[in-house]
Amino acid sequence: MGLGYLLKRLAIMVPVFFLVVTMVFFMIRFAPGGPFDGEKAVSPEILRNLNEKYHLNDPLLVQFGNYLKDLVRGDLGPSFKYANRTVNELIADSLPVSLELGVTALIWALLIGLVAGGLASMKPNTVWDYVPMSFSILGICLPTFVIGPLLVLVFGIWLEWLPVAGWDAPEDRILPSLTLGFAYAAFISRLTRGGLMEIRSQDFIRTARAKGLSEARILIVHSLRGGLLPVVSYLGPALAGIISGALVTETIFNIPGLGRFFIQSAVNRDYTVVMGTALLYFTLIFVCNFFVDIMYALLDPRVKYE
Amino acid sequence: MSSAVVVAEKGNSLWDDAVARLKKNRLAVFSLCLLAFELVICLLTPWIAPYGFEVQDLNNTLSGPSAAHWFGTDALGRDLFTRVLYGGRISIMVGLLASGVSVIVGVIYGAVAGFVGGKLDNLMMRAVDVLYALPFIFLVIILMVYFGRNIVLMFIALGLTQWLTMARITRGQVISLRQKEFVDAAHTMGVTGGTIVRRHLIPNALGPVIVYLTLTIPTVVLEEAFLSFLGLGVQAPMASWGTLIKDGVDVMEIAPWLLLFPAATLSLTLFCLNFLGDGLRDALDPKGAKD
Repeated sequence: MGLGYLLKRLAIMVPVFFLVVTMVFFMIRFAPGGPFDGEKAVSPEILRNLNEKYHLNDPLLVQFGNYLKDLVRGDLGPSFKYANRTVNELIADSLPVSLELGVTALIWALLIGLVAGGLASMKPNTVWDYVPMSFSILGICLPTFVIGPLLVLVFGIWLEWLPVAGWDAPEDRILPSLTLGFAYAAFISRLTRGGLMEIRSQDFIRTARAKGLSEARILIVHSLRGGLLPVVSYLGPALAGIISGALVTETIFNIPGLGRFFIQSAVNRDYTVVMGTALLYFTLIFVCNFFVDIMYALLDPRVKYE
Repeated sequence: MSSAVVVAEKGNSLWDDAVARLKKNRLAVFSLCLLAFELVICLLTPWIAPYGFEVQDLNNTLSGPSAAHWFGTDALGRDLFTRVLYGGRISIMVGLLASGVSVIVGVIYGAVAGFVGGKLDNLMMRAVDVLYALPFIFLVIILMVYFGRNIVLMFIALGLTQWLTMARITRGQVISLRQKEFVDAAHTMGVTGGTIVRRHLIPNALGPVIVYLTLTIPTVVLEEAFLSFLGLGVQAPMASWGTLIKDGVDVMEIAPWLLLFPAATLSLTLFCLNFLGDGLRDALDPKGAKD
């Protein structure tokens, strides 16, 4: 994989990012309603002052220019709803929570998915295959907002084993991260099974077996690298899915993360916060896809990016 | 694993073969029947629903399933069974209309890129690559929040998030079909361009498009439910399966059936749509990879 390709990939991100900034900025501004028309009406003078303070009276293009200038310096501006707080501060508070949730979910997904898929591929058409694969159909078809409440109902309310909401104690993490990771565990287990089964029918595996290598060695040294390619290429979409799935998970479990914050701010018309969080999401997903592509090329020498 | 392509016997068209293959897949046939049943029920809802969808019975709130209220009643004493039926209408409508939007946009885009080829094709597909990287659901959320939670807007927005793969599939089909011998043969036999498109290109390109369409429907149904669950989709007093699940979550400690019935209905529908999609893929596109 050439360095040139990577640079090209990075370079194309700049115009796309600009496109996104422009789209979101004008979409929000052209919509009816503003950040200061809440339930209790603000007097016209105060409204004027507020608009003045946040430069909302400037021509739209000037506002856009200023926003871009600040953005280049990494400054996402002040929040309109949370007085005296900047968007950067608000994100700094909520992003770690979401990252922890996302990473834990991904770990569950990989752990459960790889183990279940590996087992199923080694003993196809046995109970080791049928049970996990049936569960994985459930995981693929059931949406997060069904799995989450069901888990809460069973383990939180009926069995009372785990807390139903919140984000303080370590055990608070279990249900949300499982909820978020379950669908991806399901998909990864199918991809692992399929990938490994295909590799196991190849000639070089037969050769390895003929050499008298142990099954474990064949699996780890010979099959995994090739067999996991489908899983790796699925990681990009999976990460994107986990990031957007967190919106629902954080809402169900009342977790103070970026997703819940994004939706609240969108409803509150807190322009700068919506812009900031949306841009952060785009960046996160770009970066994730970028690394997944690199990983893919490293695993499969046949893959060449131009 | 793909089964070998059956050499068509005389008189067996592409579609006859596909129907024969689909009939052998019991799960897909079962799903198809269930979905058809659901569709009929939902179409007839206004005439067969036991209650009106807004009728409240405040003396009988949060009651469990009974003979009078099969799925129980909600916090306002509304019959849940009736609301699930009405919600189904919305969900199915979203599924069909949004998928329709995605097919129209995707097929036209892909076909143009494939037919014209060259620089334009390159440019159009690059644009698709770039758009693939955008998490559209965030744009849809912003759109829904700011431009009123308008249901028609939601159909269009959800449809527009789904056309990219459709465009790629169509383009691939058009390009590969253009080079096929039977198209050359038709040309040499003096068949006109329009007839080639109608008799050869469209029927052959249609298979993968239909397969992908049946897989798009559950995706958009799911996305609608996702938005409605977040309170950004269908607005009260209307209901979709997403809002019903959301309402159920709020009261699941005292009335779990309000969560379980809509969740089961949505899940069953998604199961059936996915199985049917898989069945159609095997039937229409026997060479196609199974992911």
